[in-house]
Amino acid sequence: MTQPDPLLRVEGLKTHFFLDEGTVRAVDGVDLTVMPGTIVCVVGESGCGKSITARSILGLVEAPGRVVAGHIWWNPAMARDRSPVAERGPRRGHRAGKSHGGRADLTALEPHSEQLRQIRGNDISMIFQEPMASLSPMYTVAAQLTEAIRLHMPMSKQEAFDRGVSLLKRVGIPRPEQRMHAYPFQLSGGMCQRVMIAIALSCSPSLLIADEPTTALDVTTQARIIDLLTELQAETGMAIMFITHDMGVVAEIADEVVVMYLGTVVERGSVEEIFHDPKHPYTQGLLRSIPTMGRGSRQRLTSIQGQVPHPLNRPSGCPYHPRCDRAVAGVCDVADPPTVNLERGRQVRCVLYDSDQRVAPSSSADAGNRDQP
Amino acid sequence: MTNTHTVDAAETLLDVQNLSMQFPVRGRGMLARTTGYVQAVGGVDLSIRSGEVLGLVGESGCGKTTLGKCIVGEIRPTGGNVYYRDSDGTSVDLTALNSKTLRKYQRHIRVIFQDPFSSLNPRMTVAQIVGDPLKAHGIAKGSELEDRVATALRLVGLSPGYMHRFPHAFSGGERQRINIARALILDPQLVIADEAVSALDVSIRAQILNLLRDLQDELNLTYLFISHDLSVIESICDRVAVMYLGKIVELADTDAIYRSPQHPYTEALLSAVPRADPRLRGTGRRIRLSDDFPDPSNPPPGCHFHTRCRYADLERCRAEIPQLRVIAGQHQSACHLTEELTLAGITAPTESAPVVD
Repeated sequence: MTQPDPLLRVEGLKTHFFLDEGTVRAVDGVDLTVMPGTIVCVVGESGCGKSITARSILGLVEAPGRVVAGHIWWNPAMARDRSPVAERGPRRGHRAGKSHGGRADLTALEPHSEQLRQIRGNDISMIFQEPMASLSPMYTVAAQLTEAIRLHMPMSKQEAFDRGVSLLKRVGIPRPEQRMHAYPFQLSGGMCQRVMIAIALSCSPSLLIADEPTTALDVTTQARIIDLLTELQAETGMAIMFITHDMGVVAEIADEVVVMYLGTVVERGSVEEIFHDPKHPYTQGLLRSIPTMGRGSRQRLTSIQGQVPHPLNRPSGCPYHPRCDRAVAGVCDVADPPTVNLERGRQVRCVLYDSDQRVAPSSSADAGNRDQP
Repeated sequence: MTNTHTVDAAETLLDVQNLSMQFPVRGRGMLARTTGYVQAVGGVDLSIRSGEVLGLVGESGCGKTTLGKCIVGEIRPTGGNVYYRDSDGTSVDLTALNSKTLRKYQRHIRVIFQDPFSSLNPRMTVAQIVGDPLKAHGIAKGSELEDRVATALRLVGLSPGYMHRFPHAFSGGERQRINIARALILDPQLVIADEAVSALDVSIRAQILNLLRDLQDELNLTYLFISHDLSVIESICDRVAVMYLGKIVELADTDAIYRSPQHPYTEALLSAVPRADPRLRGTGRRIRLSDDFPDPSNPPPGCHFHTRCRYADLERCRAEIPQLRVIAGQHQSACHLTEELTLAGITAPTESAPVVD
């Protein structure tokens, strides 16, 4: 099977924070790819480095943090052949005039450089977790929405305003003309998140990074925002990198899933494989510890023992071994686990699947299979 | 699944009757007059049985936290009564007590708060935080206090050796354990867990839920478990009350409410919960509620839910406020149309084949 080139390829990314107390290795060797037009979910517990990975891509890591190693290959050529979006007319020529036609390594660009600023918000845009906190309460929706448009496209104020109105309409905000003049605090959380999505979509990005966009919202609003993102993805053909800790949301939206633990990717695979045939003990534990609706009241949950270690004192060897119930003494606590490539592009970072290591993965597939109790 | 906590219906620990809480809305300025009221809780009847876990679920802004605060006496409700059955069998109306007499009962009703990061004072050690209720109620001091703190910490699975540390040295899950220890140190009868696990990570959440359940068995506690997360509610509660805009709209045993909801709002809530199985995707079972949560200071007439309800008939639902009434057995619902509707619940995960509507 010939794979097309990915839109985004992160290779061996390491983002460390240099504190007085020591170095926090927030992202410690992350590899992932985002294919054009797919939804990739990055899932993990707090502190696993999923947000910092996203911020590293956009050059938004603040001091004392720094990308210390690795490459982030951005390949805008792959985005060209996606289905065109309506009313992006003036945009086409504008982008063609830009120089970045080929593959670019985003880690090589200065965070404040003109080149990265052209990509950020234009080719790659981001929506954040707290919609209320990430919009400025001092400016109207119109001011914040047209700022991004005018920054990246040659448009008059009136054109930008009209585009803003149509974007608000697109993300499902009723009476968009009036809402343009509202301040964020006059809108509900769900409405604010829609405005954020409208801002992110304003320049028709090829990649949308959504960092926990539904975590602060109610279930009913969350369901609608997820529907909206899936719809927009299908319509525009953009790729979405969706960061979340909620396995339920992952099951609803993802094509590909990347499971992270303590700054490393422990498992990658398609959504079907991750949920119905999880390989890594962490993924299996994670899936077992979420309550399943419909199983009846007062179900006892299987929890993962222990807790996420403090980032300043990471365990040696496999970061998960102190909590892993299948850890092999003398192997897991000593050596870094190998990244094992399985069939269909699946990757597991666990010694249990390493054929060189003579450790039989005894009935591992059954352990995580949640189909039948 | 068999329910190990079958309770006698007569054994009501707490009886909330027609409780309402209005917050005044003022205009600008210090001396501005009140321009209206936000009806956070509007006439709630609810009884909590001894030894059960009652779940209270609803969207943000529906008044579930305010209801909890009224029950512990943190705020004085503007109407209604809260009857608490004391250990000697007498029933006391908590809303009628002055703050001095209320204190005696506040020992019996404790709260576990939501955010483990902001609910612990960073300048107090764990021993001070957990022992504070003992001190405040004049129950213990000195070495006896330390002993009791140590016992409480052991109860929630923390080492007493950590008691002189400050909260910042603990992770989110451990802080929530400290929070639980503080709530339990006075040997309460009723614990109100207000979104107690919402801020925690998935793997830690399971640990804390299991801990809460073990503690309940061990200490014979009663919980009012407030949450917006329906999957968490199902995993711990015996009965569930669904709240919408200050009113209880449905109340039933957990299994009944999840299998066959009797209120359109419950149905919509259940269908909105993302389920961790990609094979269930696109089965067309999701009901979309519009985003416009009505303004609680100006609730819609008739059934509060009719503006978002897909079954609402515009005459009756707009004109008449539906009362919470018994549908079958213990199942109560506040909907005019309950009998005419067949609402979809959650199917058991064992039916792995997706059901297509």
